[in-house]
Amino acid sequence: MGNNSDAHFDRRRFLVGGAVAGIGSVAAAVLHDGELGAPPQTLRGAVPWVEGTADAPPGASGTGYVFFAPAEALFIEAAVARLIPNDDVGPGAVEAGVPYFLDRQLAGRFGQGDHYFLGGPWPKGTPEQGYQSRFSPAQLYRAAIAAIGKYVGSTFNGVAFHQLPAADQDTVLKGLESGDIKLDDGVDAKAFFGMVLQNTKEGYFSDPIYGGNKDMAAWKMIGFPGAHYDYKEWVTRHGERVPFAPVGFKGRPGWTEGQT
Amino acid sequence: MTTTLKPVDAVLVGFGWTGAIMGQQLCDAGLSVVALERGPWRDTATDFATGFAQDELRYMWRHHLFQNVTYDTLTIRNNSNQQALPIRHLGAFLLGTGVGSGGVHWNGQIFRFLPSDFVTRSHNEQRYGRKAVSDYDLTVQDWGITYDELERHYDAFDKLCGTSGKAGNLNGKIMPGGNPFEGPRSSEFPTPPMIQTYAPTLFGKAAAELGRHPFPNPTGNLSQAYTNPLGAQLGACTYCGFCEKFGCGNYSKASPQTTVLPYLMTKPNFTLRTECEVLRVELTGDRKRATGVTYVNSAGEEFFQPAEMVILSAYVLQNVRLLLLSGIGKPYDPATGEGVVGKNYAYQTMSSVNVFFEDKILNPFIGAGALATVIDDFNGDNFDHSGLGFIGGAYIAGMVTGGRPIEMIYTPEGTPDWGLQWKHAAARNYLRSFSIVVHGSCMSHRGNYLDLDPTYQDIHGRPMLRMTFDFSDNEHKMSDFLTDRAAEVARAMNPREIKVNRRKGSFSVVPYQTTHNTGGAIMGTTPRDSVVNKYLQVWDVPNVFSMGSGAFPQNAGYNPTGTVAALTYHAAREIVSRYLRSPGPLVQS
Repeated sequence: MGNNSDAHFDRRRFLVGGAVAGIGSVAAAVLHDGELGAPPQTLRGAVPWVEGTADAPPGASGTGYVFFAPAEALFIEAAVARLIPNDDVGPGAVEAGVPYFLDRQLAGRFGQGDHYFLGGPWPKGTPEQGYQSRFSPAQLYRAAIAAIGKYVGSTFNGVAFHQLPAADQDTVLKGLESGDIKLDDGVDAKAFFGMVLQNTKEGYFSDPIYGGNKDMAAWKMIGFPGAHYDYKEWVTRHGERVPFAPVGFKGRPGWTEGQT
Repeated sequence: MTTTLKPVDAVLVGFGWTGAIMGQQLCDAGLSVVALERGPWRDTATDFATGFAQDELRYMWRHHLFQNVTYDTLTIRNNSNQQALPIRHLGAFLLGTGVGSGGVHWNGQIFRFLPSDFVTRSHNEQRYGRKAVSDYDLTVQDWGITYDELERHYDAFDKLCGTSGKAGNLNGKIMPGGNPFEGPRSSEFPTPPMIQTYAPTLFGKAAAELGRHPFPNPTGNLSQAYTNPLGAQLGACTYCGFCEKFGCGNYSKASPQTTVLPYLMTKPNFTLRTECEVLRVELTGDRKRATGVTYVNSAGEEFFQPAEMVILSAYVLQNVRLLLLSGIGKPYDPATGEGVVGKNYAYQTMSSVNVFFEDKILNPFIGAGALATVIDDFNGDNFDHSGLGFIGGAYIAGMVTGGRPIEMIYTPEGTPDWGLQWKHAAARNYLRSFSIVVHGSCMSHRGNYLDLDPTYQDIHGRPMLRMTFDFSDNEHKMSDFLTDRAAEVARAMNPREIKVNRRKGSFSVVPYQTTHNTGGAIMGTTPRDSVVNKYLQVWDVPNVFSMGSGAFPQNAGYNPTGTVAALTYHAAREIVSRYLRSPGPLVQS
């Protein structure tokens, strides 16, 4: 059998019931979202519970980019490859599927600014006051990638970021990180760099249902066994390696082949 | 148009820990009670089942259980010379919402404050002189209540939760294995302490070698199955390492869901309305009595809920805001020091020391929210502060709450935040490192306060709350001294290296610190210097009671929930035993 994870035994399906049928599909989220809740409810006499409404996670689905335009994807793939490069120790961000993860995050609620307050006015704040942009994350990515393109083009004789040698790419990224590079069009370079780095680590280390951490290779690299439920027998086994292979919400690669 | 509803005996504004406890107490006394919660209903099986609860991205980083600041946030500045700007994305503290609220996604640390913590002003003044409590413009006060008065209520909360721990002081007798500095307990913990994993064990050994007094942290993550006095059943914790910021799918973490709701929701005199946000408390013309609350639901319909009693049981920041929006009590003015509502906002002063081993596999993913070995030798006034230039202290904890890899990878001093070097450091150190937490007190300060923002509004068009806060020199000195003590223990563990993360500079909303916001609706002995009396009854409007950590005149070096719950039980007992017979002020001003 191939390595198509959709065909794999999904142990979690049995735990959460029918709502998870087709994890990542929109159907489950429509049934119940533990955050958006529902119309106002009046509850009396019992603990309410409705079958088949588990608040299943909104995983990624489909192939290809839906948010990034081709030129944006070239920048993102090149940038995250420098943030987490590939080598024998463990996967790089690209190998772990981070660009695809970012694409789905930006196309979804996170990108739209859910859990961000974006109302005005928008004066510049102190560093202690945190994010103070009018842009939602999706808007910030779009504006920043374009502004970085302009900066790189004018600094490196018309060459695009992804065409630069790695050392020059790192120089640009460090300039964004420190804020030494000033970007046009109202883009706060430091805020953007901080967000991309954070989101890259999220894609690298989050559950594979969100599209990154391919084959849980980032978890394997550090020795995190994933979404294990019970470590009771290991609590007192001080200093021993826990030998479990990583497991995610949809099980782990290999289960359907009867391998260990 | 506002629809007026049938009057009730009591309305609860917000339905987390304090709402659940107060609801249970008042319903048992036979009152008709309506709770209004602005967030959704949440239960274990539907909302944080074991099949998907361990999701670091969704719960920690996408804030799935937290207040959505898109609709309502607060503004922040470090001092009154700055313009306050909205917290556009939660960071330093992670506000709860929904049924259970912060009681769902907390770590489950169930501490009691020290007896001396309740008399911060008089105790320190007596021992160290007047300057100790007035330097740095400190505005610390006594609470107007003693540890001894609260003990039975702390005990009630322990029995509700099934707290796992070991008593260090049982009826005045110091017991081996517990915290020798704690106030006397009237009974042993309901369940034995959790078993310590490797890193906390190493921490405890090193601390003991230095002459400190390590003990297992009291936990609301249960070491064994437990049935509480309300008949609610909790299971033994499996050490999955997903507590803080997460709901427990295993019924192992004490929460309103696991301890109170199975009982309270079946009471015929209790009604819960979710997705209903209270806009203000309504008062009579003379402003001496509340008539009920006005709220709006998620469909946009507005209601007036008449009530004999209004219990503010939302989070501290919402309680204070509702007092200000409703015109209850005199707002605090930092220029004159007059007024009380919003006064003495405080926080928690956090720092840490990362410890890196070469040869020891710590398995940090085996954890629980409160799983730690702790020393209390330098908390509160457990040590002589003479000549140190500060009051207060911290507990120091060898704590492994879990090993969630986006949040909890520690890298040595000098490691960049990205690139091959970062990746190699992450791969090398994840299994071999952990963090010692320094959980410090935060004294109140003249310039730290809460009021209404003049510019920014929430989705209902109401002014946002404005927070003006920074750490005073007292806090910086305390934190430096305590961080040095933590580093001593770290070095005594003989690690390859350590990294000391001091509390530097001004308060920032960006990095997560703790969701332990306190003050603004403080308790005390007179209406001149406090908002509520020792029964959390508002001096100016005696049928309004304000629950929660807003009552703390300053914050101690402990997690607040145990004290918040004890104060709630204390208030409920007085309401039921005295107030209902003769509604009016429970303390004469």
